[in-house]
Amino acid sequence: MAQIIIPTPLRKYTEEQAVFTTDQPTVELAINELVNKFPALKTQVIDNSGKLRSFIKVFIGEEDIRGLGGEQATIGDKDVVSLIPAIAGGVSVSLN
Amino acid sequence: MEEIILSKEELSRYSRHIIIPEVGLEGQKKLKAAKVLVVGTGGLGSPLLLYLTAAGIGTIGIVDFDVVDESNLQRQVLFTVEDIGVPKVMAAKKRLQALNPHVKFEVYNEMLDSTNALQIFKNYDVVADGTDNFPTRYLVNDACYLTGIPNVYASIFRFDGQVSVFNYRDNSGELGPNYRDLYPEPPPPGLVPSCAEGGVIGVLPGIIGSLQANEVIKIITGMGDTLSGRLFAFDALGFTTRIFKVFKDKTNPLSGENPTQKTLIDYQQFCGITAEKDKQANEIKEITVEAFMRMKNEHETFQLIDVREQFEYDLVNMEGELIPLGTLLNNVNKIAQDKMVVVHCKSGARSARAIQSLQALGFKNLYNLKGGILAYIKEFEPELPLY
Repeated sequence: MAQIIIPTPLRKYTEEQAVFTTDQPTVELAINELVNKFPALKTQVIDNSGKLRSFIKVFIGEEDIRGLGGEQATIGDKDVVSLIPAIAGGVSVSLN
Repeated sequence: MEEIILSKEELSRYSRHIIIPEVGLEGQKKLKAAKVLVVGTGGLGSPLLLYLTAAGIGTIGIVDFDVVDESNLQRQVLFTVEDIGVPKVMAAKKRLQALNPHVKFEVYNEMLDSTNALQIFKNYDVVADGTDNFPTRYLVNDACYLTGIPNVYASIFRFDGQVSVFNYRDNSGELGPNYRDLYPEPPPPGLVPSCAEGGVIGVLPGIIGSLQANEVIKIITGMGDTLSGRLFAFDALGFTTRIFKVFKDKTNPLSGENPTQKTLIDYQQFCGITAEKDKQANEIKEITVEAFMRMKNEHETFQLIDVREQFEYDLVNMEGELIPLGTLLNNVNKIAQDKMVVVHCKSGARSARAIQSLQALGFKNLYNLKGGILAYIKEFEPELPLY
């Protein structure tokens, strides 16, 4: 089973689950399976037109899926898929 | 170029560098000749500035508009209790000059924006970005591209850190990718976890900012392979490190095949910040703490939802039903549709976002508690802790 690594900023939407395993053959299907299991994650990673949001990069191993056919990129049994969101923090920790 | 000479004191001070073959006397002279601009003197800026100063960078520019706050001291190791209330660039210069009198500091006690960035950047060889928000990230990226300066990038959030080198021209003359190649657009405001649910473990900027300082030194001395074209990601919780390839995006508006952006833009607008505030203000119904208390005292039927985090609830609460903002959409069935629902957080921002998400699902019975639990404590329960 391939693994999807959930980054810590998004784990609050996956009930703190860090790794999601999937048998799906493509990135698109694997992410659909993930967000169907955790509906709160869906608006974070998928935009209104059903596409992956551009501030979340998806890598298979160390390769950006843009170079592997985008969301149709195939994933194998032993692949590790990483979701890497843009983060900007550094200073502020104030709680509004 | 003016010949760089290291004094007897400098030769002695930097001897542990000079005896490394990859650095040597030539490398140390390059460091002395270099001019590095550090943007932001926060969590990342602290280790960056300390190590770059200790390493003997000849000229260091420091940009920040903020003053030192007590809550900075958990991670901003550049500052001490005595610096609280002092402009950060002033406190930083004092500390760093004491660390290394051979370094020249140029301080900019101002907010970096589209009107001053190019003017400041053009005086430097390398920029190190240690800022804390998306508008400034894109501003630093674009200004580096437009002035032809490498951008040593690092970013942190809670337990996650990222490091890369953007806009770096290698020995063969080829220009590497920039931040827009990695992330073409910023997240819409309110969508990714912001400072409101954020925070950062204090050691993380120490780790990530030190890696950033190392990349600056590598670029200047020319030793090793920089992180240009690669993104380093660190998860301090799982202690995992990963490196991903970053390649150029043909549609990049700055550096792609058909560039459309030739100058700096309005980065607040680009990140949707102004529009979001207006939209939020127009759509959300509010209730004051006074009105809330009247309603409570008169035993009117309503549901009170607290969207803060568990640790905040444990610190102080109004006996509301705790549904942290991040778990809200997984718990929609717990929110009443047949009676008034008052939503609160610490001061009103997160509860406004919660209401927006729920209204998008069709809820029409939601009210934001104005000023949050802080307003409630100040008005009605002054003995409870403010945080």
